[in-house]
Amino acid sequence: MSVGTLYRGGEGMWTWVLHRITGVSVFFFLLVHVLDTALVRVSPEAYDLVIASYKTPIVNLLEVGLVGAVLYHALNGLRVILVDFWSKGPRLQRQMTWAIGAVWVVLMLPGTFFMLKHTVENLFGSAA
Amino acid sequence: MSTTAQPGPVSIPAPRSSQRAGQRSNFELYSWLFMRISGVVLVFLVLGHLLIMNVLDGGVQRINFAFVAGRWSSPFWQVWDLMMLWLAMLHGTNGMRTIINDYAERDQTRFWLKMLLYVAAGFTILLGTLVIFTFDPNIG
Repeated sequence: MSVGTLYRGGEGMWTWVLHRITGVSVFFFLLVHVLDTALVRVSPEAYDLVIASYKTPIVNLLEVGLVGAVLYHALNGLRVILVDFWSKGPRLQRQMTWAIGAVWVVLMLPGTFFMLKHTVENLFGSAA
Repeated sequence: MSTTAQPGPVSIPAPRSSQRAGQRSNFELYSWLFMRISGVVLVFLVLGHLLIMNVLDGGVQRINFAFVAGRWSSPFWQVWDLMMLWLAMLHGTNGMRTIINDYAERDQTRFWLKMLLYVAAGFTILLGTLVIFTFDPNIG
């Protein structure tokens, strides 16, 4: 386990690493997303054409990754705030790490189902 | 100028940055506070946005120009999207600034990476704001 005050491979380090990776990923998507939305000022056709790519199976799968990244970043951010501002936060930070993991899984299961429903039905032809 | 390592299990090396003593400001404190305040607001704005756009009622499959036009006919969603744009861009830009400060070691590299970041962020915030305020449902 970690010794001293430096991060050496404990949960604290990995939640921090993941917070940075998800943060940078979401930031770059945000730049792209503002640009694609700006196409509503060009023409309805231009916007619909680009939005059509968001509905393809591969990009649809990437959207699940995006939502998962945002959700992790949000939950871990709330945990960091509790560690900073809540008197019991530092003592309970490890329990809170497992708690946000559980919340993430519980929200992502139905979320993934609804996000991929259309794509899966289309690909495997189970749509009635 | 003794360079002997401190005893103990882990020693923290002196910081690389040569921040001059005396020139102190509270900027980093406000930046730290802003990340937490904007973060809490963004949890609601962004997760709400993702829930509506990607999960509920057919998700991304039902999004098109008419869908956007319908939403931006309401000042509520205009304000929602405007706040989300500004807070997310400032939160993200400040996070990227922190990361550049952490990993870019040469002063020149750090400076130019941050300039690139600020230009990209300024352009994106301006463009997004213009789009929300000048949206025309009858275009084309």
